[in-house]
Amino acid sequence: MLAKRIIPCLDVKDGRTVKGINFKELRDAGDPVELGKIYSDQGADELVFLDITATLEKRKTLAALADQVAHNLNIPFTIGGGISSPGDLEALLESGADKVSVNSAAVRNPALIDDLAKLFGSQCIVVAIDAKESGGYWTVHVSGGTKPTTRELFEWAHEAEDRGAGEILFTSMNHDGTKKGFAVQALRKLSEQVSIPVIASGGAGTIEHFVEVFTHGKADAGLAASIFHYGEIPIPGLKSELVSRGIPIRI
Amino acid sequence: MKVAVIDYNAGNTRSVYFAMQRAGVDAVFTKDHVAIKSADKVIFPGVGEANTTMEFLRRHQLDDLICGLKQPVLGICLGMQLMCNWSEENDTECLGIFDTDVRRFKPTGSEKVPHMGWNQVYDLDSTLFPKELEQRHVYFVHSFYVPIGDDTAARCDYCQPFSAALHKNNFYATQFHPEKSGPVGAAILKRFLEI
Repeated sequence: MLAKRIIPCLDVKDGRTVKGINFKELRDAGDPVELGKIYSDQGADELVFLDITATLEKRKTLAALADQVAHNLNIPFTIGGGISSPGDLEALLESGADKVSVNSAAVRNPALIDDLAKLFGSQCIVVAIDAKESGGYWTVHVSGGTKPTTRELFEWAHEAEDRGAGEILFTSMNHDGTKKGFAVQALRKLSEQVSIPVIASGGAGTIEHFVEVFTHGKADAGLAASIFHYGEIPIPGLKSELVSRGIPIRI
Repeated sequence: MKVAVIDYNAGNTRSVYFAMQRAGVDAVFTKDHVAIKSADKVIFPGVGEANTTMEFLRRHQLDDLICGLKQPVLGICLGMQLMCNWSEENDTECLGIFDTDVRRFKPTGSEKVPHMGWNQVYDLDSTLFPKELEQRHVYFVHSFYVPIGDDTAARCDYCQPFSAALHKNNFYATQFHPEKSGPVGAAILKRFLEI
């Protein structure tokens, strides 16, 4: 049976991991490759590297990161953050990235998804959507969640799929950072409405939250950052508990 | 040991090259006929579209070359599909090493296409697979599949049972990506290098 995926997300700036990382075995807490390797050894099914560098040199540092990760890791990984052209994506794939996530650039220019999918195939295009709910309406935000747009979550996800997205990475801004659980209802609706995999992001705080998101939320993958980085929920324990709850998981 | 990774206009073939490096082998990326023929092992990787890739192989006369190879050859993902007779992906005539066709998955309710992620392989039946890998998870990304047949060397279930691997004489092939399948995939690649 196809396993539900557990995905740690690493924020990277100028080639270095940011946010507090709490692993005793880590020699260099800022080295994304070393951290990625630890997660991979712990049983992470996939990794997402989100680049938050805001410089022109970004493209080079990102390609160098992809190359380093691909050299050292034997699980799939996605790179995201400010990718806005076929050239950006090509450089990353050539450096060894399996998938690339696009967010703001796709909202501003939806035809970008068509171009990328035609050139490189849907399997490597993850469309990341940050959305915030108010009165039952989910508004898509861009620029790291700082700018609201006129787009609505479900119709935008549909359009992204039609244009050739291979996966949707949905972050609920209402839940992100709260550790009170994923946006289960919205995720369920999203999973039922699109026919591509949905990665749930935002709100993971307990093992129970992952159980909920995979059962009621119908998500294909669960992504989280701080609970993994601070060792609050070690991946091996999370995965064995999910297995004992009857959820298909890779061990 | 000389390992040649066939270089064609595909997506992520670097991962295969890196996986060889981790296995202690410095592979060469090449479409040069002499280099491929003289290699001890040949890997035919693949991410891409069937028709364009077959056109590329024919243009470089790599089609006949691959079919005539005598050393162990490992086709991966699209590489495996192109080693079959014909693919439903853009009605493509393929290499015909394995006497079977390649079909498109028909989504069945909860099962989405492409089949992407970690799934279990079973009924392992090839020197390529250490027996302890029975029921272990490996990483798949594909929308087309090879039905179960005479050359099936491992099975996987998605929409229906399909061939997770094929084996015939010196030709080995996996639908999954061993280079992305963690320790399980590394064990399979190691075994291939030992054949």
